[in-house]
Amino acid sequence: MKTILFIVQKEFRQIFRNKGMLPIIFVLPILQLVILSNAATFEIKNIKFSYIDHDKTSFSRALIEKFDASTYFNVVAEFSSKKAAYAEMAKDKIDVIFEIPRYFERDLLKQKNTDISVAINAIDGAAAGVENVYINQIVQDFNKKAKVALSSSTDMANAPKDIVTIPSFWYNKTLNYKTFMVPGILVLLVTMITLFLSGMNIVREKEIGTLEQMNVTPIKKNQFIIGKLFPFWILGFVLLTVGLIIAKVVFDVPIIGSLGLIYFYTAFYLLVVLGMGLFISNFTDTQQQAMFISWFFVVIFILMSGLFTPIESMPMWAQYLTEFNPVKYFVQVTRMVMLKGAHFNDILPQLTKTLIYAVIMNGLAVWSYQKTT
Amino acid sequence: MKNNNVIEVENLTKKFGDFTAVNSISFEVKKGEIFGFLGANGAGKTTAMKMLIGISKPTSGKAQVAGFDVFTHPEDIKKNIGYMSQKFALYDDLTVKENITFFGGIYGLSRAKIKEKRNELVEELGLEDIVNELVGSLPLGWKQKISFSIALLHSPTIVFLDEPTGGVDPITRRQFWEMIYKSANSGTTIFVTTHYMDEAEYCDRVSIMVDGKIEALDTPKKLKEQYKADNMNEVFLKLARG
Repeated sequence: MKTILFIVQKEFRQIFRNKGMLPIIFVLPILQLVILSNAATFEIKNIKFSYIDHDKTSFSRALIEKFDASTYFNVVAEFSSKKAAYAEMAKDKIDVIFEIPRYFERDLLKQKNTDISVAINAIDGAAAGVENVYINQIVQDFNKKAKVALSSSTDMANAPKDIVTIPSFWYNKTLNYKTFMVPGILVLLVTMITLFLSGMNIVREKEIGTLEQMNVTPIKKNQFIIGKLFPFWILGFVLLTVGLIIAKVVFDVPIIGSLGLIYFYTAFYLLVVLGMGLFISNFTDTQQQAMFISWFFVVIFILMSGLFTPIESMPMWAQYLTEFNPVKYFVQVTRMVMLKGAHFNDILPQLTKTLIYAVIMNGLAVWSYQKTT
Repeated sequence: MKNNNVIEVENLTKKFGDFTAVNSISFEVKKGEIFGFLGANGAGKTTAMKMLIGISKPTSGKAQVAGFDVFTHPEDIKKNIGYMSQKFALYDDLTVKENITFFGGIYGLSRAKIKEKRNELVEELGLEDIVNELVGSLPLGWKQKISFSIALLHSPTIVFLDEPTGGVDPITRRQFWEMIYKSANSGTTIFVTTHYMDEAEYCDRVSIMVDGKIEALDTPKKLKEQYKADNMNEVFLKLARG
C-alpha cells in the first residue's frame, strides 16, 4: 500500500508538471464537447430546393410558397426544363427538384387526383430520406387544406375524413438532438483521453528506460499497475465531472436519473479502458505504436457504439460485434440514466457486462506485463 | 554461499532463437570486490547482466546472486541489488529530491528513513543547490553521481553498473570512481561494465567477453603478464581481435 502511494504521488507530480499535456487533457475535451455537440446534428436544414412549374396557377404557386415559408427549405432556383435542373444537381448546386405538372390545378379540382415528381440528390442516403419525409409532410398539409377549400364549396357532409396521427415523443419531448448527443460525446471524450493517456504513459517509460529500472526493483506487479493506473482513474472522473457540468450549464441537458449511479457505473467502466491501455502498452515499444493501435480501436468503438448510427439498423454480425464494445454500454447507461431516469436494476445488464469486461481486460493486462522476459 | 561469493555463475547461457548471445559463461564474484565486466559492443555483456539482475530469463545454466537463484527467485535478488543502467533512468521531470523519495519508497524505505538518507546524500555530494532542480536540467556528470547514489539508497549487497561513465569528462570519471571505491570499501560488491580500459585497471578482477564467451578472467596485473601487454588496452585488443 505504501509503495502504491509513492507511485501515485510521482504520477500526479508528472501529470501536473507537464505544461504541454495539461491543456490537452482538460481544455481540448471541453472544446470538443462544445463544438461537436453543436455540429454533430442529425437535423437536415437549409435544403437547396428548386422547382419546375409547368402549371403556373394560383394552386401551384401556393404550394411553392409553402416550401419557401418552411425553415427547412431554401428555394434557390426555378427551372424551365428538367435538363437544366439535372445539370445543376450534378454540380451539387441543388438538393431537390420539385416538378409540378401541367394542369395541376385543373386535375386537382376535377379529378381530385394528380402527381408531382420529386427528384432528390441521394448521395447521402440518410439525408435524402429525411428530405423526402419533409417534402411529403408539406405536400400532405397542402393537400388537406386544398380539400377543405374544395369541400367547403360543396357538401360538408361528403368531405373526406383524414386519419391524423399525433406523435408524442418520450424522454426527449422537443426532439432536441443535443439532449441525445451530449451524453454520448461526453462518454467518448472520457474514453479517448483515459485510453490514450494510460496507454502512452507506460510506453513512455519504456522509451526513456525507466521501466527497465522499475523492473529491477522489488516492486510487485500489482503495486506498479495499480499505482500507475489509479491517477488516470481519478482523471477519468474529473473529465466526467467537467463534461457533466458543461452538459448541464451550456446545453441544459436534463439529468433525470441519479448522478451517483453514473459515477458508480463509470468507476467500473474506467477499469475496462485503463486495462485496455495497459494491455496495448505491453505489446508496443513506442508511443507512436501505442497511439496507432489505440486509434484503431477508438474509431471502431465510436462508429459501432450506437452514438451516430442506431445499432438496431446494423447487420446482425455487426450487432454481435457491438457486444464487445464497452463504449456502447457507457453510451446506453448515460442516456438511460440522464434522459430516462433509469435505476440500478435497469442498467444491471450493462453493468454486469462491463464488470466481466473489466476483469478480463485487466487480467490480460496483468498477465502480459512481465518484469522478467 | 561458500567462500564469501555473492555471485556464482556456472555455464550460464542465453539464446535468442538460433543466436547464442551468452555462451556458457562461468565465474564468481567475492563480497566487496570490484568486478570489471568487459567486452566489445555486442559481445553479450548487457545480456549477461540482465540475467543476473533478474529481468531476463537464462536459457540454461546456473546462477546465484546475493544467495538467490536467478531462475526461481528473481524478485528476492532485486531486493538485494542496485542497478544503474547506461540510460541513467532517473525521472527527468522530477527534482533530485523527488527522485530520491520515489526510489526510496519503491525499495520500501520509510519516509523518515528516506529523509535521513537524503540529507546524508545532499551533504556527501554537495547537492544543497540542486536538490530542488529537475533532474533533466542537470549536467550528465551530476546525473551519474545521483543515479549511483540512488542505486545505493537501500544498501544493496551488490551494485550493477552498466557503462556508468559513458560520455563524461575525465575529472568526473575520476570522481565517480572515487565513489565506487568508497562503497566497495564499505562492503558493497561492484559489478561494472565499461569500454574505458583505464577504468579496467581500477578493478580488482576483470573478465573479458568475446562473442558470448568469457575469454579471460583475472586481475589486471596477471592479465597483462599473461598477454605480455603494457596496459589493459593491449590485452583487450589482442583478445577482441582474436
